[in-house]
Amino acid sequence: MTTVTLRIPAALREFADGLPELDLQAASVGAVLELLSQRFPLLGQRIVDHNGAIRTYVNLFVGETNIRDAGGLATALADGDVITIIPAVAGGRS
Amino acid sequence: MSLKDTTLARLREKIVEVSPSAAKALHSSGAVLIDIRTPEETAMGIPAGAALLNRDRLELHIEDHAPDLEATVLLLCNSGVRSLLAADNLLNVGYRDVRSVAGGFLRWKSEQLPIDVPVSMGTNERQRYARHLLLPEIGLDGQNTLLRSRVLIVGAGGLGSPVALYLAAAGVGTLTLVDHDVVDRSNLQRQVLYADSNTGTPKTEAARARLNALNPDVRVNAVGKKLISANVEDLFAGHDVIVDGSDNFPTRYLINDACVRLGLPNIYGSVFRFEGQASVFWPAQPGAPTPCYRCLYPQPPPPELAPSCGEAGVLGVLPGVIGLLQATETLKLLLGLGDLLTSRLLHYDALQARFTTHRIRPDPSCRYCAGHGEFPGYMDYEEFCG
Repeated sequence: MTTVTLRIPAALREFADGLPELDLQAASVGAVLELLSQRFPLLGQRIVDHNGAIRTYVNLFVGETNIRDAGGLATALADGDVITIIPAVAGGRS
Repeated sequence: MSLKDTTLARLREKIVEVSPSAAKALHSSGAVLIDIRTPEETAMGIPAGAALLNRDRLELHIEDHAPDLEATVLLLCNSGVRSLLAADNLLNVGYRDVRSVAGGFLRWKSEQLPIDVPVSMGTNERQRYARHLLLPEIGLDGQNTLLRSRVLIVGAGGLGSPVALYLAAAGVGTLTLVDHDVVDRSNLQRQVLYADSNTGTPKTEAARARLNALNPDVRVNAVGKKLISANVEDLFAGHDVIVDGSDNFPTRYLINDACVRLGLPNIYGSVFRFEGQASVFWPAQPGAPTPCYRCLYPQPPPPELAPSCGEAGVLGVLPGVIGLLQATETLKLLLGLGDLLTSRLLHYDALQARFTTHRIRPDPSCRYCAGHGEFPGYMDYEEFCG
């Protein structure tokens, strides 16, 4: 079984009971998001749209690699992989 | 015979002396030519292509210019005396082929060999930028590059404060600050440009006073306007680098789109609660196109899904960390140093004390930077939290 770690950014942690990361058993990025959406539906909605596609203001990285440059949701995962969610955040000035 | 004459006679038996023309030929074929005179002396000119390394710092920094102890090192002073003494010092630290240029710079000039004239710098500037001048990677040429540089910072807030302060301290000659806000007491927890007495004052005016108090040489253009599509190109024109220290998506996309259109590098930073992001977006980077902000985030989130800036809060020191990364990338870019944070997104999680970088690539379908036909124009996104 493939165990991976999903890192949840501060901007979305309120939708995941405040958890900074989750260990999940999943063999692809799509499977990670399915598990995530089952457990935290509001968080899932902020990452994927109604059609199941990654939202345009969210990036998912497996290690250093953006899944857009790999296999998208079909990107295969290996045991110990770290998936990081990085959404657009606007803060800075005020 | 005096002690000086005895010493020089002994050194002349030990140190090989070469004529200026022979030194020039050796330099052309790979020998390291170092002018060891004082800044006051070298201000009038140095042998073309020579490295500057004052004799006081010769042994400490020679490795930067001649890492190989087998290299041929040619030392030049004003008349050929100090270079003999310095050559002896270098032989003592392990260099094997150190030669002194006979007659020094006086003879080099009289033989009408080529000369470079460094841009001069006054005593006050030399003192102010002394720690930069000591760095071979910056030195006089690099410092003069900074003094001639023009940087525009959008947002004089949490990110803009450290960026502006450190760029002014570093001697970036022109800083343009664009911000239409006034200082509020709730800003002071992180916006280190301002004092309590600035409350109620336009930020750009208070910032100009603070920056000029730090470094009167810096020209600060205070633009107390909101950045909009109608003024963005006029404001950006004539600048070398744009720093994005804004706090809302419409402005971030406007900065990106204008930078793409004008070919300018965009030094990006953003913060939220305990996390920050930084990158350098520069699709027009000569020789190596890199992604733009839209390649990473093609569209902003809809207002109902955008985190509320007003309610979210931010650890006061966090924009300091990210802003200083932006200032560092700006200086590197202006000086042509190192590897820029292009094609990478840096993410900082303060609570976990963790920096991670992620690779980002140009989006071949990006409407703005992928070169598909005409510029699509500036988008007027709905305000989220301006």
